[in-house]
Amino acid sequence: MYYLDPHIHMVSRTTDDYETLAKMGCVAMSEPAFWAGYDRGSVDGFRDYFEQLTSFEPRRAADFNIQHFTWLCINAKEAENVSLSRDVIAMIPEFLGRPGVLGIGEIGLNKNTRNEATVFLEHLDLAMKTNEQILIHTPHLEDKFQGTRMILDMLTDDRRIDRSRVLVDHVEEHTIRHVLDQGFWAGMTLYPVSKCTPARAVDMIETVGPERLLVNSAGDWGPSKPTAVPDLILEMRRRGHSEAAIRRVVYDNPVKFFSQSRGFNFTPPE
Amino acid sequence: MSDDPSSQAILDREFLPIRAKILEIAASLDRAERATGDPTADPRWQQLETGINLLLQKSGDRAEHVQMLFSQPYEAQWRETLKIKS
Repeated sequence: MYYLDPHIHMVSRTTDDYETLAKMGCVAMSEPAFWAGYDRGSVDGFRDYFEQLTSFEPRRAADFNIQHFTWLCINAKEAENVSLSRDVIAMIPEFLGRPGVLGIGEIGLNKNTRNEATVFLEHLDLAMKTNEQILIHTPHLEDKFQGTRMILDMLTDDRRIDRSRVLVDHVEEHTIRHVLDQGFWAGMTLYPVSKCTPARAVDMIETVGPERLLVNSAGDWGPSKPTAVPDLILEMRRRGHSEAAIRRVVYDNPVKFFSQSRGFNFTPPE
Repeated sequence: MSDDPSSQAILDREFLPIRAKILEIAASLDRAERATGDPTADPRWQQLETGINLLLQKSGDRAEHVQMLFSQPYEAQWRETLKIKS
């Protein structure tokens, strides 16, 4: 089955992973900007990173007939440096017109601090002024519930925001309804230990339905599995879900959400 | 949705994996108790005990309850606390 991975950090993965993903049916992916594992020291560090996201990774993916899209931001962990964050936010528009750029992301909260909230709001303002879609990271573990609610509070406070153009990612059992009930898209991340397993993700699909629901691997430099979306496909098949129902979650839904972005010049496979 | 979501079919498939997970938890708790010191004084141990008890509920949303047990509660006044303008 063809599928899209809506959230994967390929700068941290090998070319062999691209090949494996292509063999497993991945036809497109979107790569949000994120934390490199260390705090970058200058706006030029981010400019180089955005160059990699918008030029090198699409070429590397294209070698395997995978279409690569991306999102730009300074992530929540580095948002503690508000001055640097503002410099990066001011620089982002240099890249927004490039092919394959879908919007601003993954912005959000990490430890739910004042600086994180300040930088999150300034990212939202940039997205509204440039008419970009938004992809949002929610915190991990014990911080997730409060952080997700804070994010929803900030989003719903801003009347300029079209909720159908916002994806709130890393939802789990205790946050998914809050996100969907307020009209946003929700992403489930299949990530060992700290997020969601394929079985629990299918439980959530069965419980809340597939409307505005995406599933991703968030494969990165940590213990993660870039082929997690095919694991979910297998789990749905084992439970007797139809191919159409599976395709809706792993293909139709991401295409529908991304199609709202002017940078989504996707060519469906024949 | 699945064509055959009978509880019997699910139990047939899930019994051994659930059994294995319960054994892993039992062995992990034994391991902590065998080690030096008293783990029961740690608040996290009490959280784990509460979590295990939650599994015995017949609520249908055990996973959500367990998530909330391990979550910081929502503080609606967070804007005032952090001095963020709405």
